[in-house]
Amino acid sequence: MPVGRTHRLRHLRVFRGTPEDGGELVEYSVPVQEGMVVLDALHWIQANRAPDLAVRWNCKAAKCGSCSAEVNGRPTLTCKTRLSDLPEDIPVQVEPMRTFPLVRDLVTDVSWNYEVNRRITPFTPPEDAPEEAWRWQQEDIERVQEFRKCIECFLCQDICHVLRNHETRNPFMGPRFLVRAAGLELHPMDRADRTPYLRDGGGIGYCNITKCCTEVCPEHIKITDNAIIPLKERVADTYYDPVQVAWRKLFGRRSEGGSGQPIPGQPSADGS
Amino acid sequence: MSRARDQYETHAHDVLVIGAGGAGLRAAIEAQAAGASVGLVCKSLLGKAHTVMAEGGVAAALANVATDDSWRTHFRDTMLGGKMLNNWRMAQIHAQEAPDRVRELERWGAVFDRTRDGRILQRPFGGHSHPRLAHVGDRTGLEMIRTLQDRAVASGLAVYMECTITRLLTDGDRVIGAIGYWRTTGDMVVFRAKAVVLATGGIGRAYQVTSNSWEYSGDGHALAYEAGAELIDMEFVQFHPTGMVWPPGVRGLLVTEAVRGEGGILRNNENDRFMWRYLPDERRHEYAETDSEASRWVEALREGRQTDARQPPELSTRDNVSRAIYTEVREGRGSEHGGVYLDISYLPPELVRRKLPSMYEQFRELAGVDITTGPMEIGPTCHYVMGGVRVDAETGASTRTGLFAAGEVAGGMHGANRLGGNSLSDLLVFGQRAGVGAAAFAKEVAPDKPGSGELALAGTELAAPFDHHSGTNPYRLHAELQATMQSLVGIFRTAEDLETAIERLGELRAKWATIEVSGPRAYNPGWNLTFELKNMLICSEAVARSALQRTESRGAHSRIDHPDPDPAWAKRNSVVSRDGDQMRVGHSRLPEMPAELRELITP
Ligand SMILES: Cc1cc2nc3c(=O)[nH]c(=O)nc-3n(C[C@H](O)[C@H](O)[C@H](O)COP(=O)(O)OP(=O)(O)OC[C@H]3O[C@@H](n4cnc5c(N)ncnc54)[C@H](O)[C@@H]3O)c2cc1C
Ligand code: SF4
Ligand code: SF4
Ligand code: FES
Repeated sequence: MPVGRTHRLRHLRVFRGTPEDGGELVEYSVPVQEGMVVLDALHWIQANRAPDLAVRWNCKAAKCGSCSAEVNGRPTLTCKTRLSDLPEDIPVQVEPMRTFPLVRDLVTDVSWNYEVNRRITPFTPPEDAPEEAWRWQQEDIERVQEFRKCIECFLCQDICHVLRNHETRNPFMGPRFLVRAAGLELHPMDRADRTPYLRDGGGIGYCNITKCCTEVCPEHIKITDNAIIPLKERVADTYYDPVQVAWRKLFGRRSEGGSGQPIPGQPSADGS
Repeated sequence: MSRARDQYETHAHDVLVIGAGGAGLRAAIEAQAAGASVGLVCKSLLGKAHTVMAEGGVAAALANVATDDSWRTHFRDTMLGGKMLNNWRMAQIHAQEAPDRVRELERWGAVFDRTRDGRILQRPFGGHSHPRLAHVGDRTGLEMIRTLQDRAVASGLAVYMECTITRLLTDGDRVIGAIGYWRTTGDMVVFRAKAVVLATGGIGRAYQVTSNSWEYSGDGHALAYEAGAELIDMEFVQFHPTGMVWPPGVRGLLVTEAVRGEGGILRNNENDRFMWRYLPDERRHEYAETDSEASRWVEALREGRQTDARQPPELSTRDNVSRAIYTEVREGRGSEHGGVYLDISYLPPELVRRKLPSMYEQFRELAGVDITTGPMEIGPTCHYVMGGVRVDAETGASTRTGLFAAGEVAGGMHGANRLGGNSLSDLLVFGQRAGVGAAAFAKEVAPDKPGSGELALAGTELAAPFDHHSGTNPYRLHAELQATMQSLVGIFRTAEDLETAIERLGELRAKWATIEVSGPRAYNPGWNLTFELKNMLICSEAVARSALQRTESRGAHSRIDHPDPDPAWAKRNSVVSRDGDQMRVGHSRLPEMPAELRELITP
């Protein structure tokens, strides 16, 4: 390690303010240490320059999804963004997520997400399933587990242009909740049908598959390819073929694939 | 729900649960199911509690992988791991009920990794004689919290998030609610309740090197203490052997024990597998004899088959591995940045990435290290507090009427040292029981109104730091506290250090009284920290005083001046309680274990 690298200064421009005062970017110089992340720099500012700087964080390990912000205009977890990966010649600009209402400084009001989440039909297993029904092969659940990796950082919600445009925010549940819905729909024991909600209240049709959400996901969930597109297909299939809906309600989803056929919406080799 | 004249809102519930980690969520779900009206308060957003960070797994004798596992062996491992200081009844209930609680999570939508025959997969962990930890890769806590969170929200209970409780309301002998502030506005809020469940987690932020988040300021411990409840065994603070040591910003961040569970090997800078030298004699026979026996065990694990090979020495209990690493480093055999090496890179890269995905990411993104090609540098980090609110094993009731506790904030279950994986199961088992206990208690009592004096006092407390002009900055005070605890009340302790620590904590307390904050009350972390500091000071003093009192070494508590266990102390819990403005430290007799359980341990 070259000597001297540990005590250089980096310049940050951090958004400070409230909805009332409109806020402004404030410049801070922070001594950097090897391996420092943006959240470390914000903590240094709190401890040494601005004790009231509002920042949301918990784990500092990219596991809780609390510290989301826009760094140099890009939605990211500040606890995972290393200063050394950002261009040296310009100040590091740190701003709150723009899609959600500002509370103060870097903290936004994300409660809307919790309201949307509440509207999704929760996990609904059959009441009388025998013990053996709860045995699944690892391959059967890999996709569900991918969706369940979500740490609810809401970065995908932040970048999605449908939600950024406030007029279309309310009719669209956003990528995070399409991921949750997909995880429930593909759960081997779930028997609820969320397709009517996805189409109507959830507004899945608003998504035009730009894939921006996938690009920012810190958990590398393939939001568009693995969650949204299959759900869109499932919604289309359901509304195209009402017999299938009735079949599913009567016998549960498993029975459809009785001959080893892929079930609608579940990705398979031939892409059905 | 009403907005009173003097500017605070009031909410009333049968049961108020403080904390929305695994324990709080599980308690809230149960109390609601029992017909109580439930309010759930947490200081972060819902779903961000510490439980979300748990990695390795939840311990339960499901016997899916090792068919000869049972609650009896789980009980035995837990008691031996806790150096027999555990509350035997808690350890018994825990071992007996954990399997049902885990299966119930699955019925609520959790998706655990599978065995080849499709059951919940279980992995080995330190101190567990059988592969016992149900898990989801290395993000088990996330799976657990999301499942419970969804269940709680669907049940319709009231959630108050980003709301910090600063005081419990009491009426004579009974706890009747709590007061706090909304973090987003700084406004005061009052909760009236017939029963209160504390589920606030641990105290690790009092130390410099810790795996714990800012939330771990011991709020629940301090709230209970101030309300007159007893705390037990506070000297037992667990230092997890494997925290990151580099780069500086991530020092202390946890490296899950699952790395060792999957076969990770510890070496010093002489390439020596030093754990062979640190296995305690009385349990030596439970571990492999040679490198090759240990690797046979790892191979069998990978292929999912039974084996007669015994486990590698790295899977010794946490207290022991931490002391070993500390000693290696102190004697000059440490790594470049003051730790030792943990190596899993001899396994196939795709296996490492599949079994330990978030460790792979964590090292790649935060340290620029690829753990599939080279070793990690690790060292001990403050991780968990075994001590906590003294509770009744059956109901979670504390020694204060109307106050219950579950999860890390409760004491007794883990004795002198917790086994990995036994916390997540503890949250489920005792969260559920505290939910039942609190709901039943709430049915029996009438609601009570807080006195106006208590409310006014709470209001004054909240406003006070803005009126001070001492120049004492909360962040600096926090740093001083952490330095004190780290250097004087760490892994190895002496009477002299502990006395110095107690003296310094007194000075810090005096400084705290004049702490100065600036800015508005809305989302002001400096102001918020002042209340957390008060709690950390109380907990730190409880740790230091209990540690000074226990003149022996046992589990996580190692006294250089009293290096051996003392049979007299083997029968005692340390007890801390409030006596006016003074902290009272004493001890009480450990509950006597029935003969039939004793036989399970020493047949
Ligand atoms: C990195 C890491 C990995 C771990 N891995 C494992 C593992 O693999 N297996 C295992 O068994 N254990 C593990 N543990 C330990 C285990 O995760 C914790 O002990 C456990 O999650 C604690 O749960 P809890 O419900 O008691 O508290 P938490 O989950 O911490 O929840 C505490 C709650 O209380 C709230 N709260 C606190 N103070 C206040 C206040 N004043 N007002 C309002 N709300 C408040 C918080 O906001 C939070 O909601 C790990 C711990 C860490 C740090
Ligand atoms: S792919 Fe759809 S959900 Fe994702 S960002 Fe684009 S429009 Fe939004
Ligand atoms: S899907 Fe990815 S980006 Fe979206 S909230 Fe979850 S973790 Fe964050
Ligand atoms: S602080 Fe938890 S994700 Fe960044």
